[in-house]
Amino acid sequence: MITAPTDVTFRIRRFDPLTRPQPAWEEHTIPYAPGMTVLDGLRLIKETRQPALAWRSSCRMGVCGSCGMFINGQPRLACNTQITQLDGLPVVVAPLPNFAIIRDLVPDLRPMFDAHVALHPYLIRDDTAEMAEPTGEYYQSPEELEHFLQFTYCIKCGCCMAACPTYATDAAYSGPMPLTQAHRYNADSRDGGFAERKAVLAGEQGPWKCHYAGECSRACPKGVDPARAIQLMKRQLVFAYLRLYAQPCPSKVLPKPTEMKRRPDVPEAPAPTIGT
Amino acid sequence: MRDQALWTWHVLAGLVIAVLLGLHMTIMHLDVIVGVFNPADPHPIEWGNVVARARQGFFLVSYVVLLGAALFHGLYGLRNILFELGLGTGAKKGVSALLTVGGVALFVFGAWAAWAASALARAL
Repeated sequence: MITAPTDVTFRIRRFDPLTRPQPAWEEHTIPYAPGMTVLDGLRLIKETRQPALAWRSSCRMGVCGSCGMFINGQPRLACNTQITQLDGLPVVVAPLPNFAIIRDLVPDLRPMFDAHVALHPYLIRDDTAEMAEPTGEYYQSPEELEHFLQFTYCIKCGCCMAACPTYATDAAYSGPMPLTQAHRYNADSRDGGFAERKAVLAGEQGPWKCHYAGECSRACPKGVDPARAIQLMKRQLVFAYLRLYAQPCPSKVLPKPTEMKRRPDVPEAPAPTIGT
Repeated sequence: MRDQALWTWHVLAGLVIAVLLGLHMTIMHLDVIVGVFNPADPHPIEWGNVVARARQGFFLVSYVVLLGAALFHGLYGLRNILFELGLGTGAKKGVSALLTVGGVALFVFGAWAAWAASALARAL
């Protein structure tokens, strides 16, 4: 943490394949305003000094996952990082590592999303008619929800991928985000797609190369624990290989309240005392 | 499937190593408490104790199993480290083949040595 300065210097890595084929650092000093985030600073620089500066951002509230950047040596969301939160100045901003750069601070996230899609990150069930035209909700208890709830908070910003030392060296490894999302569905009691995902996970793209550095969990701006998901997935796959794991049947559609029968041991609700 | 199988065997080999290496450490370093494996003399590496253990079929089997588990566990780990150097598909296949052949050769040599030591001890 630093005390609020009067001016802030941004050191930004610029790259443009057409006009600036070699990446270079550029410095801009701007006035500090209370509550200023790194994204606010970049916007001010773009509005007043460098209109060609490029990055991705959208929601400005840590929800969309667009503005993942390498800020002062850590993958972070620019909109979620206050200038005073940083360990020191200047603010050094570069594109997320482990990805090719499209321009300036815009990384090419396609390999991450290709790996994500390859692991079928959606509910897979046999009742295709119910999936297409739902007649009700699938049953899920609060305990079953707890098995995967934290993994649903992932916003696919790519910070975990940028922090992962294995993803940095092994192109075949899917990386923390796709693997966490695969586990999110494998652990969902409404899903029946473990066998389908296992076809991919059992090979080189699976969790086997993770050596539990834990950097993904440290970098995640949403508090998701991808390292935990990967270890849980490894355990599930090892048990599956030893034929000690069988995925339970996906949960059934919950009857509508009008179709439910009252348990005989539960008394009927008393008659209303007001509004009659 | 292949990586899932290799990882599972890697974990199982680790468990085998933990048990058998634990037994080895117990015999070698807790000799005062576990004197049963050292009938000749209190010191575990005295010639008489070594011969007494080598005569037992249990130790022959445990040495061979420990050798196999340690070789697989170690060479699989080495393979993972080498793969992280950014090898291409051909180089990966070459490394896997080399480590497999080397591992099998070391296992055969080690198993033969354990069997020969056992046979020698029984002949004494």
